[in-house]
Amino acid sequence: MAETLDQIFVALKTWLVSFAPGQWQPLVSAVISVAAIIGTFASLFALTTVLERKGLGRIQNRYGPNRVGPYGILQPLADGVKALTKEDVVPRKADRVVHFLAPLVLVVPVFLALAVLPVGRNMVAVDLDAGLLFFFAVGAVTELSVFMAGWSSRNKYSLLGAMRAIAQMISYEVPLILSSVTVVMLAGTLSTVEIVEQQAVYTHGLADWNVFTPWGSAGFILFMIAAAAESNRSPFDLPEGESELIAGYYIEYSGFKFALFFLGEYIGMFAISGLGITLFLGGWSAPFAFLSGIPSYLWFFAKLMGLIAVFIWVRGTLPRLRMDQLMNFAWKFMLPMALVNLVVAGLWRFLPGGVTRWVICSAVVVGAYLALGRAVSGRAGPARRSYRFAD
Amino acid sequence: MQTDTSPYLLLLVLMVGALLLALVPIGLARLWALTASPPKPGAEKNAIYECGLESKGDAWVQFRPQYYIYAIIFLVFDVETVFLLPFAVSFGGLSAGAFVAIMIFLLLLVEGLVWAWQKGVLSWK
Repeated sequence: MAETLDQIFVALKTWLVSFAPGQWQPLVSAVISVAAIIGTFASLFALTTVLERKGLGRIQNRYGPNRVGPYGILQPLADGVKALTKEDVVPRKADRVVHFLAPLVLVVPVFLALAVLPVGRNMVAVDLDAGLLFFFAVGAVTELSVFMAGWSSRNKYSLLGAMRAIAQMISYEVPLILSSVTVVMLAGTLSTVEIVEQQAVYTHGLADWNVFTPWGSAGFILFMIAAAAESNRSPFDLPEGESELIAGYYIEYSGFKFALFFLGEYIGMFAISGLGITLFLGGWSAPFAFLSGIPSYLWFFAKLMGLIAVFIWVRGTLPRLRMDQLMNFAWKFMLPMALVNLVVAGLWRFLPGGVTRWVICSAVVVGAYLALGRAVSGRAGPARRSYRFAD
Repeated sequence: MQTDTSPYLLLLVLMVGALLLALVPIGLARLWALTASPPKPGAEKNAIYECGLESKGDAWVQFRPQYYIYAIIFLVFDVETVFLLPFAVSFGGLSAGAFVAIMIFLLLLVEGLVWAWQKGVLSWK
């Protein structure tokens, strides 16, 4: 029973494809997969926008959207209609072609990146041998789109936002990829499907997720910080800080093109969170052996919603960084830390298993953390907290 | 959603699907604009946004070079990760000596990072 429920979508697709005549079957199968990916993640985007506004509202002690539909759940529909009916204003001086292309260049690659994520057992659109490399390759195209938008608008705010966005994204891309390299080292493959399958085994009832090792937990934290910066999420939202750049690189966009930037950013966030789940949190596998009866795709989406909740929580809690803090953090803390993590992953393989391996690897990670923290902040230990307006 | 014979067919279909997802609403919005709310452009309305004031000077000017220095350092480390990926894939079958060799390769790049740090290139001013 559990097996049937787990494979129900795979069976459904095989059943649907069997209706098509022989030579058309690959195309029909591809169309069904693509419809499933776009449908699922676009609805998840609609759900997330309203959940985020609700969550931020609660954090800021207000209600959030609560007028359209029960509990404001139909808000995305209203937003969609509004985006469709607004006038699409393009500045007279703007480079019209590039201005039009920029949102498309954002939306297409982020959806392509979703293709290599295994969302369930046997549920991956394409199982590429170099899936991880493909993900990073198409993920990097979003930087191009950001710059196209900022440059073509011919606006000082948008150009500044685009410059900041490029500097931030390339700075955080290095720790992002380096922290994934540790997983590749110990998994021995670039295929996302195989990386998940290696984590879906259980010792003493607990899954062998990469996050349960010293290099994996350090890598996961580095990965998620870099992921927040890559998707321009708060506290790394300098490129689009409302209070200083109004909206950054998409200031001159209105109507549905603005909505496309919004869509692209959220889908990008889902894609990179999905990659974090695939690499460190065991993809579609259950954390405990006795829970593996629950369908695999439910686990993937539960983990995804969990990470999105963390993103919303962080956005509601942390203030925005300054530009110098942002760049210092990327180059003087994240990059050396990711390099140390590579060495730790090497040690993990060559040291004999057992408690000593755990102690040595954890000691290297914690030691590097303390030393780098001291070097960057210039002081030993955390500073004493002072509450300027509450003392 | 099991994999089929040619993965690139699916990527192509996905590309077309994502393009349609973007282009169809833009087309619908244009249709709406043509039928129900014709655009009324104006000198003020289509000017570049700048806090309600008229924009002074052009935005397409020479920009501060610090951004490009970061881009150059990024290039070095991005190429490095490209070299690291094949090493990482075959890491399971490598000896400790090979691991030390790749660590020396990493050390050379770290030396570059330390040099840049000492030069103050990494400090945003």
